[in-house]
Amino acid sequence: MSDGRFGKHGGQYIPETLMNEIHKLEDAYEQCKSDPAFVEELDRLNREYAGRPSLLYYAEKMTRDLGGAKIYFKREDLNHTGSHKINNVLGQVLLAKKMGKTRVIAETGAGQHGVATATAAALLDMECEVYMGKEDTIRQALNVYRMELLGAKVHPVESGTATLKDAVNACMREWTARVHDTLYVLGSVMGPHPFPMMVGDFQSVISREAREQILSAEGRLPDVVMACVGGGSNAMGSFREFIGDEGVRLIGCEAAGHGVDTDRTAATMAVGTEGIFHGMKSYFCQDEFGQIAPVYSISAGLDYPGVGPEHAYLRDIGRAEYVPVTDEEAVRAFEYIARTEGIIAAIESSHAVAHLMKIAPEMGKDQIIICTLSGRGDKDVAAIARYRGIDLHE
Amino acid sequence: MSKIKNAFEKKKAFIGFLTAGDPSLERTAEFVLEMERAGASLVELGIPFSDPIADGPVIQEANLRALGGGCTTEKIFDMVSSLREKTQIPLVFLTYLNTVYKYGYEKFCERCQSCGVDGLVIPDLPFEEREELAPIARKYDVDVIAMIAPTSKERIQMVARDATGFIYVVSSMGVTGARREITTDVREIVETIRGVTDTPVAIGFGINTKEQVQRYSSISDGAIVGSAIVKIIGEYGEDAGEELGRYVREMVSGLAD
Repeated sequence: MSDGRFGKHGGQYIPETLMNEIHKLEDAYEQCKSDPAFVEELDRLNREYAGRPSLLYYAEKMTRDLGGAKIYFKREDLNHTGSHKINNVLGQVLLAKKMGKTRVIAETGAGQHGVATATAAALLDMECEVYMGKEDTIRQALNVYRMELLGAKVHPVESGTATLKDAVNACMREWTARVHDTLYVLGSVMGPHPFPMMVGDFQSVISREAREQILSAEGRLPDVVMACVGGGSNAMGSFREFIGDEGVRLIGCEAAGHGVDTDRTAATMAVGTEGIFHGMKSYFCQDEFGQIAPVYSISAGLDYPGVGPEHAYLRDIGRAEYVPVTDEEAVRAFEYIARTEGIIAAIESSHAVAHLMKIAPEMGKDQIIICTLSGRGDKDVAAIARYRGIDLHE
Repeated sequence: MSKIKNAFEKKKAFIGFLTAGDPSLERTAEFVLEMERAGASLVELGIPFSDPIADGPVIQEANLRALGGGCTTEKIFDMVSSLREKTQIPLVFLTYLNTVYKYGYEKFCERCQSCGVDGLVIPDLPFEEREELAPIARKYDVDVIAMIAPTSKERIQMVARDATGFIYVVSSMGVTGARREITTDVREIVETIRGVTDTPVAIGFGINTKEQVQRYSSISDGAIVGSAIVKIIGEYGEDAGEELGRYVREMVSGLAD
């Protein structure tokens, strides 16, 4: 999409102050994308530093227990830093370096993108500052210290609802104040063009590998590819290479919080309407006058009132479907996959696992599901314990 | 043609900004009249938004106060409508695009025309995206105000060429809010603009002293003050009228000839 649109979604709705910089970023990315040296360097980092390719794991016990489709997990939780976020930040921080930048800033919700950015910045010698909602710095205190260990400065954001969207606001404000030496390393397939396209490209390594891996394991394509969706980067990475395969159902699992019929939810596709925010036209949780709604989910990483424009487009054209998953369902899936497969998956990823548990039994034994585990769940253990009424603090 | 050009006729313009609904819409209407009496030539009314990404802490807080008080787009239109019985001062809205999009571009511009709102300043609507709104606004004689920033450089001519109403030159990098010192070479930006259009140029972002008003109005057609005014309203609340009048008079006295 050279005009930065996915159907009517996307665009570049940002202040004039950032326009020249965003055009420079577009140009730099276009150039690097087709530069064999850049591609090779990123590929090497993915292989030798991040630990790619990630496994496509056949979950035999869950398959047997659920009694339906064959279940494969794409193990992004096994990447260095523990989530898919590393795929994107290695690309963007490398790009920032090529652009002559010396500093990167990033927003973070659960802390995974912040940790990944701090990691890439440490490796590639960049100054790094991370903006994180005050609320989230409390929910994810360990990740704050982790980022500091990696040499990043963490700014707790107290404005608004003090969560992910406010961290994005803070980053946009900071970037507007200091573009000359700084790249805003956006963590998801959102924001102004070229971010949704670029982050999707960097994340598409997930589906590129998964497609090859499933063909070699099963000799055929899967029936379903599914992943959790906040802004939507691991889902877009999981979908991209399968979009052209018409027989593959693509399912995004959103955080419904207490339920889509309550006001404690973050399920944008279920309850959101079209809007323009954070640089893009897409779907957002908002009121009738366009005020962005305070959203809620047990998962700090899915606690975002919008969704990336490419997802909005895939839904509009009916290519992908999006389903809401509640806190309770996600926590049950978190516990189930731990007991059954010995995998502590992130609470974000557990939203996808929860939906998988609903659909797998209804599918035939000859059918195949690939579900992406976007991250590991060590960071969530204390929060899950508290959810279950156990007074455990990190 | 909207009323905006009246603001720049014969003299330099002082443009005052305040957030509508802070502390209440009744007060907003009074404050507009107070600013007019104190010599303001144009008033910019901010429509409060939950996530004002181009604004600093002072205006962010005013937005939250206004929204907390139940202010909505609809109520602001009603307020402006009755305010128009008392004053003909040119008025523009400062609004984020989502507010306009959600209301409906056509319906919003039509309401602006019928209530007497002359222009729209939209910080997250850059030149490249303005065509989705500008033709509709034009139909209702509402100017979509062009913004030019310190980083605009070779974009200046493109952005300024067809600008109507006035051109808003952002003096500094970053968000709104008072600054002790402004380092951008604004004069050069204004000269580049003058090379392609006669549309009046006003400078804003960071201006809060009489000396700054003097300096910036001498190299352009007017100065815009926002956060400093909003701060007074934040401090004095319901009773901000008198202090507001005093402050605006002082700023207006700084305008260049």
